[in-house]
Amino acid sequence: MAPLAPRSGDAVFANVERVNAELFTLTYGAIVRQLLTDLEEVEEVNKQLDQMGYNIGIRLIDEFLAKSNVSRCVDFKETADVIAKVGFKMFLGVAASVSNWDAEGTSCSIILEDNPLVDFVELPDTCQGLYYCNILSGVIRGALEMVSMKTEVSWARDMLHGDDAYELRVKLLKQVPEEYPYKDDE
Amino acid sequence: MVGGGGREVAESCVDVLMMEMVMLYSGRFYSSKPDLAARRIEAIGFQVGHQLSERYTMERPRFSDHLEAIKFICKDFWSELFKKQIDNLKTNHRGTFVLQDNWFRWITHLSPVSSESTNDSSAVVAADNNEAQATNMYLCFPCGIIRGALSNLGIPCAVSADITNHPACSFVVRIKA
Repeated sequence: MAPLAPRSGDAVFANVERVNAELFTLTYGAIVRQLLTDLEEVEEVNKQLDQMGYNIGIRLIDEFLAKSNVSRCVDFKETADVIAKVGFKMFLGVAASVSNWDAEGTSCSIILEDNPLVDFVELPDTCQGLYYCNILSGVIRGALEMVSMKTEVSWARDMLHGDDAYELRVKLLKQVPEEYPYKDDE
Repeated sequence: MVGGGGREVAESCVDVLMMEMVMLYSGRFYSSKPDLAARRIEAIGFQVGHQLSERYTMERPRFSDHLEAIKFICKDFWSELFKKQIDNLKTNHRGTFVLQDNWFRWITHLSPVSSESTNDSSAVVAADNNEAQATNMYLCFPCGIIRGALSNLGIPCAVSADITNHPACSFVVRIKA
């Protein structure tokens, strides 16, 4: 029987409070710009963006679980699918897709063709090593950690560097068995 | 719609991003230098306000005076950001304007900070101070946005914020002569 998880986040996105994306996009851009000024090293900026994303991911997962109505995912494959189709849609208003699974089913690509983070963005030559959207990899890593999946997330393609899509490689490192959240005597 | 594209994202994206930006600057980068943290957060807001105001005024004639520009901030600009207008505008007619939002969306999820915490234990007072400081940090962002927006309209000014009666918030704009 097919799992009950919604295959699309359209309905969820329609039901959350939404705002004009410009504010979000410009705020993110201004943060990246300020970080580049303050930290100078592009590598260090990548690291901070990832860290910010991680902190956001561990917070957003609650909202995601509360509002998305997804049922428990049976495996990593389904989890990746839910992140791409429901998670991205619910928060950013755009759905991603999943492909390039390895034989073990432990690593895959999340591909984003439309990305509100980069509206109005052009990278100057001095920022070649910058993963402008690195906050996204942190969000995924943080959110998955909260549902007991340790992952490693890295960029395979980046439209700001001339590729034809955004592609995140998500690799499952370790799946901590979930503990039953309630004790019997409580 | 004044804005372009009409693209939308979940409101929580903006909330968590702002929160994390404030945490980054006031918690991780400049935890012992709140003034520096506040200045950085304000600078990020300035950048955003400047760009937003640029976009929102693209197809609009120049404002004839300061009051016109301030009214634009209170009505169109505020509506784009918060889906409501500023509730009350006051001025001393000498370059100071007070913009009051009776339900300022960005602080509705912060806990109100009590201004009097007399006979409480010192721990409670310290916690209150911390929260007050966190709220002030947080308010640097919208202050920067307003200053950036007005600066784009050719009006140099200083902006400060004051939470009168949570979640009401007043922004005081002092135009530089």
